[in-house]
Amino acid sequence: MASGPRVPFDNKVVEWIDSRLPIFTIMQKEYGVFPTPKNFTYFWSFGGIAMTMLITMIVTGIVLAMHYTPHASMAFGSVERIMRDVNWGWMLRYMHMNGASFFFVAVYIHMFRGLYYGSYKKPRELLWILGVVIFLLMMATAFMGYTLPWSQMGGWAANVITNLFTAIPFVGDDILSLLLGGFSVDNPTLNRFFSLHYLLPFVILGVVMLHVWALHVSGSNNPLGIDPKGPQDVLPFNPYYTAKDSFGLVVFLLGYVTVTFFFPNILSHPDHYIEYNAMVTPPHIVPEWYFLPFYAILRGLTFGVNPYIVASVGLFAVVLLPLYCNNDTAKPGLIGSLLHTAKGLAKKFPLPLLGAAGVMFMLGYLAQYEKAAGGKVIDFLPLADLVFVDAKLAGVLAMFGAVALLALLPWFDSHPVRSARFRPLFKIATLALAVDFVILGWAGMETADAVLFSLGAFKFPMLWLSQLGTLYYFLYFVAVLPWLSRYEKALPLPNSINEAVLAAKKH
Amino acid sequence: MTMWRKLTVAGVAALLCFAAPAAMAAEAAEHPPKQDWSFSGPFGTYDRAALQRGFKVYREVCAACHSMDRLHYRDLSALGYDDSQIKAIAGEVSVMDGPNDEGEMYERPGRPGDKFKAPFANRAAAMYANNGAYPPDMSLLAKARHGGADYLYGILTGYAEAPAGHELMQGQHWNKYMPGHVLSMAPPLQDGQIAYEDGTEGTVSQYAKDVSHFLTWAAEPHMEARKQTGVMVLLFLIAFAGIMYAVKRKIWADQH
Repeated sequence: MASGPRVPFDNKVVEWIDSRLPIFTIMQKEYGVFPTPKNFTYFWSFGGIAMTMLITMIVTGIVLAMHYTPHASMAFGSVERIMRDVNWGWMLRYMHMNGASFFFVAVYIHMFRGLYYGSYKKPRELLWILGVVIFLLMMATAFMGYTLPWSQMGGWAANVITNLFTAIPFVGDDILSLLLGGFSVDNPTLNRFFSLHYLLPFVILGVVMLHVWALHVSGSNNPLGIDPKGPQDVLPFNPYYTAKDSFGLVVFLLGYVTVTFFFPNILSHPDHYIEYNAMVTPPHIVPEWYFLPFYAILRGLTFGVNPYIVASVGLFAVVLLPLYCNNDTAKPGLIGSLLHTAKGLAKKFPLPLLGAAGVMFMLGYLAQYEKAAGGKVIDFLPLADLVFVDAKLAGVLAMFGAVALLALLPWFDSHPVRSARFRPLFKIATLALAVDFVILGWAGMETADAVLFSLGAFKFPMLWLSQLGTLYYFLYFVAVLPWLSRYEKALPLPNSINEAVLAAKKH
Repeated sequence: MTMWRKLTVAGVAALLCFAAPAAMAAEAAEHPPKQDWSFSGPFGTYDRAALQRGFKVYREVCAACHSMDRLHYRDLSALGYDDSQIKAIAGEVSVMDGPNDEGEMYERPGRPGDKFKAPFANRAAAMYANNGAYPPDMSLLAKARHGGADYLYGILTGYAEAPAGHELMQGQHWNKYMPGHVLSMAPPLQDGQIAYEDGTEGTVSQYAKDVSHFLTWAAEPHMEARKQTGVMVLLFLIAFAGIMYAVKRKIWADQH
């Protein structure tokens, strides 16, 4: 890092250390004078807030681990002992339990900010991908932490989630045994979850360091999405953003503290206070709220992939082809000429092809849709029962795919303008994605057979809402963003950050 | 921007209007009505007299079947009992201890450091004595059910005749607030069953209220400290936020 020429410090102790290990120089460079765009909104405080939550989780977690016993017959009791007999144990435990939720709140807002203002675009692709890695690690850590109190909800969530891996063909059962350390959720499972739950936060911390490092190479994006052009566009990080972020942080903490001290169990399920019993399945097994959108995607895939779905996806891929392949001349070879032909077709008949894809999808879907009275809605289609990927595996793939798509975001969206402020269509699509994500979360909370509304005899099942939500989520990435990248006309960009700030001040 | 925001809000609101009746219809049992509890709200505290009465109800009625494994007799100091009273309460039970120097297990009177004595040796014994139904441990019951104290009060006062068309099997009882309506516990409380020492009237509703109060304390014994700490933390953070806002304004003054 900073090992080049150095300005000496006046303080002799500081200078003694810094001349041998320039940590003060690094701090000064990265957090003192670091040039930061002058037009940040409070949206930009959430990275630091997320970091604060991570540290809070690690500190409370380390102390909790001093009192916790990772054993199937003692874990629940030890958590209760923390709540009752350990000095301030109740506070540590509630801070940790609700801290997870508020960590996710901060990270979701942070991610949405990155999405909305195009912070994933060149040169910040790797920065964004590191963020997605952090998000994945957080999900794994949170899930394993959920099982540690060895409650009915935590233990059964472990059953449900680990069971997903059995959907993987051939090796699924072996992976399950590896995850569980046996054939069912039991003491070995608890032991390895505890071990990993203690390890992963430090891995997260490591990736956060890389994330921050990458950020300090490219510099921060800003609400206008244009690069700073000179000193008039930037401010030193300290004191401007140390002050602004501190205020943002304290306001965020007000929410966290209110929930922790006054509604500590509002985000958790009552079954979390019943000890795990492998013989009694709770009526509803629900994940923590921050997993609900992904849970809805998982449950939304009630159908497998049969020849009709394959045909539908194939036709849709042809429609999208012109968005993904730029060159108009055919590449040599069979595949090249096939692609070229398909592209020609897609350009000539986009709507008929799209319609055909839709019809194929509905056929493939309805052929697997169970009527309330029993039997399938359509039962005359040939080959409809030939399911290549069953519904369970399709659900698992969709759920993990939903996160994987995030990592590929910089390549789905290649529009030269970053900020949604200057991309009216992108703005609508992205706000709709946020609404979609909330709706998916709501759908994930409801029971599998819940009804959204009914008009006379017609009932609109919640399941359809999950499916429509899932459809939009995937379309946003694979179709909407590439289409907008090519066709959306951006509004004129301001000449510089400083000019825009001055113009805004006049109003 | 604002137009789209309005449209989005309107859309979500419309969805919610559709959804609310559907969600309500899905709920099988009635929601137990909300009661007025002294521990509700950000400044709520437990009522020591109600806790002591509730403990009496637990000891004389519930404890016949329900354990409270997470509590120790020493915890009763929070109810306002002094050391000698707690010693006396603990001394009423006999506890298996040992092995002693000769390797023998032996019975001795309970001490404040002992856990509440359970009515049955284990889960199987509890189920055997109760027609196969397990009387749940009550230490955390108030937090382990939707509705908490309101739910507990609802169950204790919600027994009714089964509506026509519902056949109950031997040993089953109908309750308005039980999910699925059927439970194995017979109505445990009757008017006048327990003699309160402080002159409070001995009605089912009063017993139910007191024991629900006691069970809420048992599930969340540090609630008062939690809320008091929370108020201090909030006051500190609000003041700190004010200072930070002023600092931020001052620092940014040359930029505005």
